[in-house]
Amino acid sequence: MDLKPGSRWKSAVCDTEVVLVRPPSAPASLECGGQPMLAHASQRVADAAISPDHAAGSLLGKRYVDEEAGLEALCSKPGAGSLSLDGRPLTMKEAKKLPASD
Amino acid sequence: MHTALLLEMAAGAFPDRAALGARAAPVAFAELQARARGGAAWLAAQGEGSIVWLGLNGPTLPVALFASGVLGRPFAPLNYRLPDDDLRRLAARTAPSVAIADDDMLARISDIPGVVAIARSAFDAACLDPANREQEPEFVDPDIAVLLFTSGTTGEPKAAVLRHRHLASYVISTVEFMDADDDEAALVSVPPYHIAGVSAVLTSIYGGRRLVHLAAFTPEDWVAAAAGEEITHAMLVPTMLGRVLDVLEARGECLPHLRSLSYGGGRMPAAVIERALKLLPQVNFVNAYGLTETSSTISVLGPDDHRAAIASDDPDVRRRLGSVGRVLPGLELEIRGPSGEVMPTGSAGEVYVRGEQVAGEYLGKSLLDADGWFPTNDQGWLDGEGFLFVEGRLDDVIVRGGENISPGEIEDVLRAHPQVADVAVVGAPDDQWGERVAAFVVTRGEAPTADELSAWVKARLRSTKTPETYDFRAELPYNETGKLLRRVLKQELAAKTAA
Repeated sequence: MDLKPGSRWKSAVCDTEVVLVRPPSAPASLECGGQPMLAHASQRVADAAISPDHAAGSLLGKRYVDEEAGLEALCSKPGAGSLSLDGRPLTMKEAKKLPASD
Repeated sequence: MHTALLLEMAAGAFPDRAALGARAAPVAFAELQARARGGAAWLAAQGEGSIVWLGLNGPTLPVALFASGVLGRPFAPLNYRLPDDDLRRLAARTAPSVAIADDDMLARISDIPGVVAIARSAFDAACLDPANREQEPEFVDPDIAVLLFTSGTTGEPKAAVLRHRHLASYVISTVEFMDADDDEAALVSVPPYHIAGVSAVLTSIYGGRRLVHLAAFTPEDWVAAAAGEEITHAMLVPTMLGRVLDVLEARGECLPHLRSLSYGGGRMPAAVIERALKLLPQVNFVNAYGLTETSSTISVLGPDDHRAAIASDDPDVRRRLGSVGRVLPGLELEIRGPSGEVMPTGSAGEVYVRGEQVAGEYLGKSLLDADGWFPTNDQGWLDGEGFLFVEGRLDDVIVRGGENISPGEIEDVLRAHPQVADVAVVGAPDDQWGERVAAFVVTRGEAPTADELSAWVKARLRSTKTPETYDFRAELPYNETGKLLRRVLKQELAAKTAA
């Protein structure tokens, strides 16, 4: 899985799509709904299902991080599966309260 | 990451929400996306290379910016105020390119080798043509998003390179997706070839704030648009704010919808911001500091900082009204001395910044050091709480007998004199000291004498900082985005010395 910045991924089991903001420090598997995510251009296979352990959902426009590997991904399309890296659930980055400056 | 994705996300989630244009007839996000795709398909057929923009602000500008992004081609807005020769020389440097020009500017950019010139009206029509809109855009891995030419006061303009990853990083790290209230609207009045004109399009779209463009800035038009369009957010450069306040005062207009006013792009005189706080008590003021090379803002002095400063009796807190606030989260900032050493709190040096939004690059030349730090060429210092004070460009520092003197500090003191309307301090060539301090002053009311002004400065600053010469002028030279043209004044002094 080539998790390079700007690369786009989609869930194998729900509508979730993400774009990679910051790559992991070492090769890792980015998952959604418990299944490895697919390259944006590839086709979904119908038979996989969301794992109940990874079913909290993803939210549009939120940034998700894995502190351990330094990975950050932006959710560009929401879905029912939740994101994880090598099985570790990603955490949602807190909303920033910055005033508009331009 | 691709800036076109920012619009794709907004249009996918909120297709019917107002993205830009007048309150009465806005363009929705889905329509903006359809126009950008239609425009991209049509532009691809016109020619290869960068997409040049030569025109005023307007609803076509964001369409053209995103269409360039969809195509993965650089968007290069040019300064339409340049004389024809300079403009054509600059346009020739963008070749191969497709140039979208306002219909009444088309002739200015026609018949340049490698530049396909098309009228804005033709581009507008193409964006609405179903044949163009039906075409599915090809996936491109984009690189350069925007090329912005510097004003070139020291020679040929340089093309600053902003890649998609820099701009997208700036947007997603400073703006929460679609976080704006339904009634929010941003008024953009800086020209399209200014970094804030580019960043305002991206941050407003991603934040879900309706984008309203003023074709070109006049204080009267700005106030009319702000009132008529029920504008809630706007950005102004300091000279614009002063002129807007004059109009508000004369008309007794208080802009009840306005909530947030940010300013940047130059030194804000304390008198202007204090007047603004009084005239617009409901407004949150934000001082933003940034450079073209850093994808816009890198530090902000927020509304609470403004209120704390103005309410405080502590001079250290009070003076923060003149600071540019604290660096944005995720960015690193250092003050470095002449040999690259990090300066202690309170000591001035060159401002260095590092982070994902920092491009620090001109076509063919990166200015980043081996560790990714960008030297801003601005002189500044940090106070104990991390508030940054920017004193001006390093090139403008006056070196008098080995002492570094910042013109900004002397200008602030002189500007506080009741009979001084405007002032510029520059270094003049001097046989004995290398440079001496020279002031250009615009007076108001009864004109003060040079001796009176010197006494005023001496009472407040070290004596070496007292100007040795005064030139009294009716006005000072500024460019159209409010930057004082110090070099024009320096050249005059140098010419005088040579003669």
